[in-house]
Amino acid sequence: MESIAEANYWFLSGRVLFLILHLLGVACFAYIVARRLAPLVRAQSDFRFDRPCARLGKVLQFWLAQWRHPRYRTAGILHILIFAGFLILFSRAMSLLWLGVSDAAATPWFSGSAGRIYDIIRDYATTIVFLCMIAAAARRLFFRPARYGKNGTADAIFLLALIAILMAADSLFEGTAAAAHTRQGQPPEFLAALSMPWLVKHALAAAPLPALANLHWSAYLLHEVTFFFLLCYRPFGIQFHVETSLFSIYFAKLDRGTVKPVRWGVSGQRLDQLPSFGVKTFEDFTWKHMLDFYSCADCGRCSDQCPARAVGRPLSPRMLTIKARDYCFTHYPVLGASRNGRPLIGGIYSEDEIWSCTTCGACEAECPLLIEYIDKIVDLRRGLVDAGRVPQSLQKPLKALESRGNPYGKVAKKRGDWAKGCGVRVLDGKPDADTLYFVDSITSYDERIQAIGQATAKILHHTGENFGILGAVEKDSGHEARRFGEELLFLALRDHNAKAIRSAGVRRVVTADPHAFNALRHDYGDVPPVEHISQVLARESKAGRIRFHPVDDSRDVYTYHDPCYLGRHNQVFDEPREVLDAIPGLRRVEMSRSRDRSFCCGGGGLALFYESKEEERMGVQRVRMAAEAGANVMVTACPFCMVNIEDAIKVAGMEGKMTVIDLAELADRQLARGSPAGI
Amino acid sequence: MEILVCVKRVPDTSENEIEINAEGNDIERDDLVYSINEPDNYAVEEALRMVERAGGIVTVATVGGEDDEEVLRREMAMGAKQAALLSDESFDGSDARGIATVLKGFVQKGKYDLVLTGVQAEDGGAQVGGMLAAMLDYPFASLVTGIEALDGRKLKITREIEGGNKEIYEIDLPCVLSIQTGINEPRYVGMRGIRQVASVPISALGAADLGVEDGAVGAAAARVKRLDYFVPPAGKGAEMLSGGRAEIIDRLIELLKARGGLQ
Amino acid sequence: MPRIFACIEHKAGVADDSAAELAAAAKRIDAAQVPVAVVAGWGPGLDAVCEALRPAYSEIWRIADRALAHPDAEPLRKALASVLPRGSIVLVPHAHFGVDLSPGLSIKLDAAFVSDVLQIEGAEGAWLKVVRQEFGGQVSAHVRCDISSGAVINIRPGAFRPLESANAAGRVVDQSARIGDLTVRRRYLETVASETGGVDISKEPVLVSIGRGIQAQENVAIAEELAAAMGGAVSCSRPVVDAKWDKSRQVGSSGCTVKPRVYLACGISGSFQHLVGIKGNPLVVAINKNPKAPIFRAADVGIVDDILEFLPALTDRIREQ
Repeated sequence: MESIAEANYWFLSGRVLFLILHLLGVACFAYIVARRLAPLVRAQSDFRFDRPCARLGKVLQFWLAQWRHPRYRTAGILHILIFAGFLILFSRAMSLLWLGVSDAAATPWFSGSAGRIYDIIRDYATTIVFLCMIAAAARRLFFRPARYGKNGTADAIFLLALIAILMAADSLFEGTAAAAHTRQGQPPEFLAALSMPWLVKHALAAAPLPALANLHWSAYLLHEVTFFFLLCYRPFGIQFHVETSLFSIYFAKLDRGTVKPVRWGVSGQRLDQLPSFGVKTFEDFTWKHMLDFYSCADCGRCSDQCPARAVGRPLSPRMLTIKARDYCFTHYPVLGASRNGRPLIGGIYSEDEIWSCTTCGACEAECPLLIEYIDKIVDLRRGLVDAGRVPQSLQKPLKALESRGNPYGKVAKKRGDWAKGCGVRVLDGKPDADTLYFVDSITSYDERIQAIGQATAKILHHTGENFGILGAVEKDSGHEARRFGEELLFLALRDHNAKAIRSAGVRRVVTADPHAFNALRHDYGDVPPVEHISQVLARESKAGRIRFHPVDDSRDVYTYHDPCYLGRHNQVFDEPREVLDAIPGLRRVEMSRSRDRSFCCGGGGLALFYESKEEERMGVQRVRMAAEAGANVMVTACPFCMVNIEDAIKVAGMEGKMTVIDLAELADRQLARGSPAGI
Repeated sequence: MEILVCVKRVPDTSENEIEINAEGNDIERDDLVYSINEPDNYAVEEALRMVERAGGIVTVATVGGEDDEEVLRREMAMGAKQAALLSDESFDGSDARGIATVLKGFVQKGKYDLVLTGVQAEDGGAQVGGMLAAMLDYPFASLVTGIEALDGRKLKITREIEGGNKEIYEIDLPCVLSIQTGINEPRYVGMRGIRQVASVPISALGAADLGVEDGAVGAAAARVKRLDYFVPPAGKGAEMLSGGRAEIIDRLIELLKARGGLQ
Repeated sequence: MPRIFACIEHKAGVADDSAAELAAAAKRIDAAQVPVAVVAGWGPGLDAVCEALRPAYSEIWRIADRALAHPDAEPLRKALASVLPRGSIVLVPHAHFGVDLSPGLSIKLDAAFVSDVLQIEGAEGAWLKVVRQEFGGQVSAHVRCDISSGAVINIRPGAFRPLESANAAGRVVDQSARIGDLTVRRRYLETVASETGGVDISKEPVLVSIGRGIQAQENVAIAEELAAAMGGAVSCSRPVVDAKWDKSRQVGSSGCTVKPRVYLACGISGSFQHLVGIKGNPLVVAINKNPKAPIFRAADVGIVDDILEFLPALTDRIREQ
């Protein structure tokens, strides 16, 4: 049988025909990619070129090892198989391209037994990918998970079909060649048993040679046309992630719990001079965030996990990306001039949508491609704040933060009043304490939450800690001010607190508020190391310096609710559980959604002031999850979770059936005080 | 359209617990947080929206001293293009009529199509707007919760009356309107906005600039004068009512009447 | 002592409650004088109003003009400026109409103006001493007003108890001929009735606020009846909003900030998030089954009872009176 390159088709030799075809395909693809890069060039800067080792580690873990895919088992396994198949078939695709223009061995280094082994693997890879396409299509058509939505089905089937055609064409190409070889009496080519090429060879064993030759080159033509069509089609939809995901993951955000600066390379003092702030138009996104839009595979896992989505708020992280991507495709078309569009808010996004996010991070913890959402939400909020478009319900607390240092408008001098009678010292400049207890606003002023502060103080006393508080000098950590887009207000609060903390002369800081914990740990910088009270408790308990009484009622079943800013954003999952497990007789169960899949209670800080349109409170759903797990006591470790869950228990009508207690309150209640520390 | 909004800086009652000083002649001002009088802020927002639709500029003015400049800056950060601080020693101790007289002087120096005020100040009595209109011989409407521009220098306005009902009027320009809260949703002014206007000059105008005569303003001219402050009766401290239900109800009704909860 | 006039609000041939209150307020200024009522309007109801005012007023000045068919402050101010003698004391109810009318009227009459007066302590020579409230009612102030060239005084509705008996047998004097030209540059078009549910709780003086203790949606009517009897509105705490009630009625950090005179917290536990929405130092009455409810720490008056039984009993008693 003639080689593909040597044969003549119509008036052309194969070599010329396929050279034209290949060059055309590559040129097309290059042009499209160049057009896709156009908005990235106009985008805001983003500093993603540091720490190459950490970044390569991410690539190995999340790209090559597909780390997050098995979190959704069926889809995840299918994806891993397809991904592995693509990796294997990449060199096959290249050698097929080469075959079109040259007879010389495309992969001389693959001759001999190495080549033989690769061929077997390749035959099976082709087959597995083909079967995966059928399985995936069946899933899309007959067992579609809710998270996919309906709109993408046709596109998904089309793409799956293209890949299936590619696999089938390759198999036909190889199978016909093998069949022809056999008929020509040449030594039989070895094909992997039961693979698709093997099946083709056996099916066509009796076919006449010219038919086989025609099929052979037709299969090649089909493969090449499909290959280039797919290559050029991918940048128009979700399949673009095949090309972009490697870059998305390499440039992914490395620091948990942080928020991107308003503008990379612009210091806090110079923020006043920026003509605009935050994201208002598409071009205000950074190039990495635009790359995220391209990389989204529309798998819907983010929205599936999103608590705002679950309660019917007008936010879905998946749509946040998809709408931006569609906007980008429309305003930066492959053909024709790019147009600068209208503002994003009021265009593709609504204000409510942007304020609906609690920044819990469930979406980011789930995304297999490490797409960032919180930074985009915060950037969009910065744009809204800059334009003055802040909901009335948030304006009051923001103004109070500015004038009073707390969102409730309470006077500063009463900030430390909760601690009266607890024997807590106010650190006023004399550096004589080791530890500072950073209280934050809600624990200082909310009568119910003050109990958490008092319990924390008692625990610190019990562990013999030489500690104090800042009292009236402390201001709100500003954690939510930053995450609600009021960066300059946050910076003012941070500078004030950081200075006060430094002048307190302590060696470390403890807090019982995960939001303050996250702020001090990630937003502040240049303050002593910070611990959450659960970490203190776990450490002291492990070291045997504190012990607990058995629980009074052994019929109670406890469950631990991971606060977002303790768990997901700071990876403190085990310590609170260790503390619970150290209490004798305490029965503990896990909710189906726990640890990094914890379900937000409704949001903390300023989120308590924002009333989103929703069908149900997040807290109500969470309380129900606890009940489903068989628990009747929810333990949390965050003041805001306490507020939301206490409220939710009432709303769900579960008073008497469910209670909630803070870890510090529980630990304080169970502390065995009779035995002095050290026993 | 040229719009003047008269604003005032007041202690913010939503953020302060107002207490009286030891002498009883003033409130305790040490821990107070001041801000723009809330309805005045709505008035500025409404003015800004009107010029955004129809063109023109918004000017804000206040009668007071250096401390009051901060509210002018805040409103400039919102979008007001000009601000004037009407300040003169002779203005001190003016009653509402005196303040209206000063503002009249300022209005007559410009060419304003529309003058807005907030409906009432936290420490005031819904007086200045109506007085200013009468002094200028402009038509006036109070408690305005809606403004719509009509052809031929006229506005269609909505006034809030009892029971959530609304009166609709047509009013000729120039006029004075006092704006009720809820007419719009004022935009947010962040720290950045305020810092950006921190160095914009604000003109200060005194009695001579405004053509205000000495005898017309100030404490001597004031016909209304506050003598002292005192705390209304029925102080704090939860009084638990006990006894039979009928007994409790009668006692409660007495308490409600004392505090204007029953008429 | 100058002559005292009272501006009467009336609707559909019936004088407003404030008419009797103004007569009582006038007595506090000058016990020796029976004031004059000014009744302006147009149409059939006018005479009935004048007639009804005769016991409490020495004279009833009747002003009939088509321009006054709707209670419109702009033409009325012109009419009053023509009719009223200089140096008079004019009492006006401090409601939306008085707010529109009085400040400008004081300028036109060259009289002093005091707004929203709660109490009148009496006159001393040229000075009248009254009580006003400032800062949303958090503090009261004594205010002195120079009445030597007359005064316009806006009286807070409900602040003065009507006189027990009055028998002035005042005569009706028609002043319509003296009002002059009432052409103004503001024209009344129409009155639009409120949409149902258009209550703005941030402006209500009395709030009956309900929490989880209301238990079921059907029971909201109990609170509504009490609110109606007290002349207030119903508000609620967050759990009630969550149970699919009206969001605009919610008091608290994620709802409205309210500044009522009286706040009845019924079956509300009293979370911090709720309490921060109550401003202006109102009388807070807490009614809750649970004697340990935190609301009792924040309230002025506490009652331990089941609101489903207590509220209807209270409503009945108020209606009886």
